[in-house]
Amino acid sequence: MATKQTQLLARTLLSPAVVLLLVWMIVPLALTIYFSTLHYNLLDGDSGQFVGLDNFRYFLTDPAFLASLQNTLVLVGSVLGLTILLGIPLALLLDQPVIGRSIVRLMVIAPFFVMPTVSALVWKNLLMHPVSGLFAWIAKLFGLIPIDWFNDAPLFAIILIVTWQWLPFATLILLTALQSLDEEQKEAAEMDGARATSTFIYITLPHLARPITVVILIETIFLLTVFAEIFVTTGGGPGLQTTNIAFLIYSQALIQYDIGSASAGGLVAVIIANIVAFFLVRIVGRNLEA
Amino acid sequence: MGQITLQNVQKAFGPVHIIKGANLDIADGSFVVFVGPSGCGKTTLLRLIAGLEDVTDGRILIDGKNVVNVPPAKRGLSMVFQSYALYPHMSVRGNIAFGLKMAGLPRAEINRKVEAAAATLNLTPYLERKPRELSGGQRQRVAIGRAIVREPKAFLFDEPLSNLDAALRVQMRLEVTRLQKQLATTAIYVTHDQVEAMTMADKIVVLNAGRIEQYGTPLELYEKPANLFVAGFIGSPRMNFVNGEAAAKYGAATIGVRPEHLRTAREGEGWPGKIAVAEHLGSDTFLYVDAGALGTLTVRHVGELSLSPGDAIVLSPDPSRIHRFDKDGQALRS
Amino acid sequence: MARMATNRRVAISTIGAWLAGFLIFFPILWMVLASLKTELEAFAIPPSFLFFHWTLENYVTVQERSDYIHHALNSIIIAGGSTLIALLIAIPAAWSMAFSPTKRTKDVLLWMLSTKMMPPVGVLVPIYLIWRDFGLLDSLTGLIIILCLGNLPIVIWMLFTYFKEIPRDILEAARMDGATVGRELVYVLTPMAVPGLASTLLLNLILAWNEAFWTLNLSTLNAAPLTVFIASYSSPEGLFWAKLSAASTLAIAPILVLGWFSQRQLVRGLTFGAVK
Repeated sequence: MATKQTQLLARTLLSPAVVLLLVWMIVPLALTIYFSTLHYNLLDGDSGQFVGLDNFRYFLTDPAFLASLQNTLVLVGSVLGLTILLGIPLALLLDQPVIGRSIVRLMVIAPFFVMPTVSALVWKNLLMHPVSGLFAWIAKLFGLIPIDWFNDAPLFAIILIVTWQWLPFATLILLTALQSLDEEQKEAAEMDGARATSTFIYITLPHLARPITVVILIETIFLLTVFAEIFVTTGGGPGLQTTNIAFLIYSQALIQYDIGSASAGGLVAVIIANIVAFFLVRIVGRNLEA
Repeated sequence: MGQITLQNVQKAFGPVHIIKGANLDIADGSFVVFVGPSGCGKTTLLRLIAGLEDVTDGRILIDGKNVVNVPPAKRGLSMVFQSYALYPHMSVRGNIAFGLKMAGLPRAEINRKVEAAAATLNLTPYLERKPRELSGGQRQRVAIGRAIVREPKAFLFDEPLSNLDAALRVQMRLEVTRLQKQLATTAIYVTHDQVEAMTMADKIVVLNAGRIEQYGTPLELYEKPANLFVAGFIGSPRMNFVNGEAAAKYGAATIGVRPEHLRTAREGEGWPGKIAVAEHLGSDTFLYVDAGALGTLTVRHVGELSLSPGDAIVLSPDPSRIHRFDKDGQALRS
Repeated sequence: MARMATNRRVAISTIGAWLAGFLIFFPILWMVLASLKTELEAFAIPPSFLFFHWTLENYVTVQERSDYIHHALNSIIIAGGSTLIALLIAIPAAWSMAFSPTKRTKDVLLWMLSTKMMPPVGVLVPIYLIWRDFGLLDSLTGLIIILCLGNLPIVIWMLFTYFKEIPRDILEAARMDGATVGRELVYVLTPMAVPGLASTLLLNLILAWNEAFWTLNLSTLNAAPLTVFIASYSSPEGLFWAKLSAASTLAIAPILVLGWFSQRQLVRGLTFGAVK
């Protein structure tokens, strides 16, 4: 029961967090905006000139940007699609009376807790290596030519790695949602004469619509900035084939030291993320009311 | 010792006026029940007395002292919550002792009082258990033990029996009443169940939409309801109300007759009708009679009456038991 | 139909689930197996699954390398430090929002969550420059600060949800029993909040340990945690696969164990309550 005294106390307790996050939000963002209007290169002598929106123009018309945008969309879209398409059946499976279910759960959840650098290297060296990797051996067993993943299908390789890492997340969310589905609803459907597939289409799937949306939104936010896997395996290459927006900005900032351009790119990334965040915050907000 | 008075107590949450001017005098040692439909404000009134909510206006006097600005801990009251609100991480002993610990009593005395309370409530074998290891009835008793051990000026009960099954509820009703008489401490008890109210109370406060409709003994409320609301709320099955001509004959806008005061006959003077439903309990017979323009009338007959749906019947009210109400719903007393 | 086929259903589900689980877990399993082989056998073709010369020599080598221990300590300090500091800031904040809510509380909470949705790469430039100018690059302090800020919204959010779950009437009962605000906090609230605190601590330790953006960009050697150390194995010189596997297994083992215990917290913390 909040009296005047408690309210003052409450506000004092809240302020450190608010102030910190405010500073964390505003200061770097403001600086990014400032830098994006400058011609600023750490290697260049004549840095610091105001060039207005030139950086944005160069960044957005740079073919590297278009390539990275495309890669980003392909990466995010594919991982989303794969994690959900595989996650739904996995969640359904784990919802069944399986013997040793908790161990299976552990196995399915594990990839999410492996650090990205380890995942990437395990896939790159132990599995996907064209000579000594496991996939190569399996291919040769079937008389096929082993795929040189990181040369011939680099983006697909990255997609595989990231999907492997995020599949547990999607599965776990969907499984949690499945387990909140009232058993009695399914029984009512059974009494009404519905068979397994009908129950799935008309009852289970609509119930999953909301969690699937949440999975899509949250994964998108985190997938937009996939970095470590690319850094550790391909370094963005060959060429630009595995460069997404995050990596492009990184390479401009810390490899080419072009601060101005990188800042402009950073802002573009922030804007894209904000659009997605807007929808996610709306859903979370609605849940807070409940 | 435990005399409580409310003077024009008001409570508003923003624009919503929950309690609209409550005036009440509760005698020391009496068992008073606040009863009324959902949302009538009975729990709010209880919490105002407890100090868990602040009044918007008015005074609350405990033994003559206005406690409106006194925090709950210092008012000397104990509360038993609907959900029991036991501390899950403490044992039964810890739960009961907590209030005494906060008061700074020495350990030996705390143990003595806790064990005495536990003995009264048959909780001694459970003293070291945690709440999650207890049944609903046992948890309830721990909540009561926690309340009595502090020897408060008054007990406040917030629908404490509503989470128990029917048989346990009846048993606990007796125990609570017995305990209160034994301790001779004022008790204010909130419930929506008018049977609980009628059986336990010395006096009942009937609340409706934030207003006290009537304050009296159970029998007063039964025999002399002050208005339509109280007449319809107290008594089960509900009182029969009749408007129009039949009422005008008695000089009222509405008249009310309790089901147990309607006499039945095959024919003769009175209100004719046809039986729609007949319930035979052996001890009583309940008849629901379709009386045409007068609506459906409920009849309660002590003992067995072998009538069936479809039978014709004539009902006549006991003339000394007719309640008359004016057009505003207020009772007319001759 | 559903009840009769139960045995068959269990059998099919079990086989299917174990198959899927095995496939998904396989890369990790393969890595652990590789860590137990000699370097030669680790990348030999055809690869051996069970019948190889089992050895712990890689683990010995990795443990002996002082730089592995150095980086492991860094991981512990960074993950632990950032989580503890975040808790220190978050506990009062979450407490005040859960128990003294105002009309603005919901908006403040949502705003805090939205800061987590900002892509780190968007502020890479200024953070890098600020860190450089303040001497925070490649420093434990620098990493602790940034990870703390990054995870703060999640810590606050999770604590808020746990605090909200404490039934209000138990706190009221404490007040009726004569407890002041301080004693209510110490004797009733905190003991009931401990499980929630532990869960939050756990999840954020994991997130901080695995963080691979700021750690890769803001540290090189001195303050580098295990994420960076493992990444340094990505250079083509030297095929230290067996040792890489051993180092990786050591690096992820504690987290896999902790992760098992924090599944439910994961759902709560990372979906921001949008899924119950």
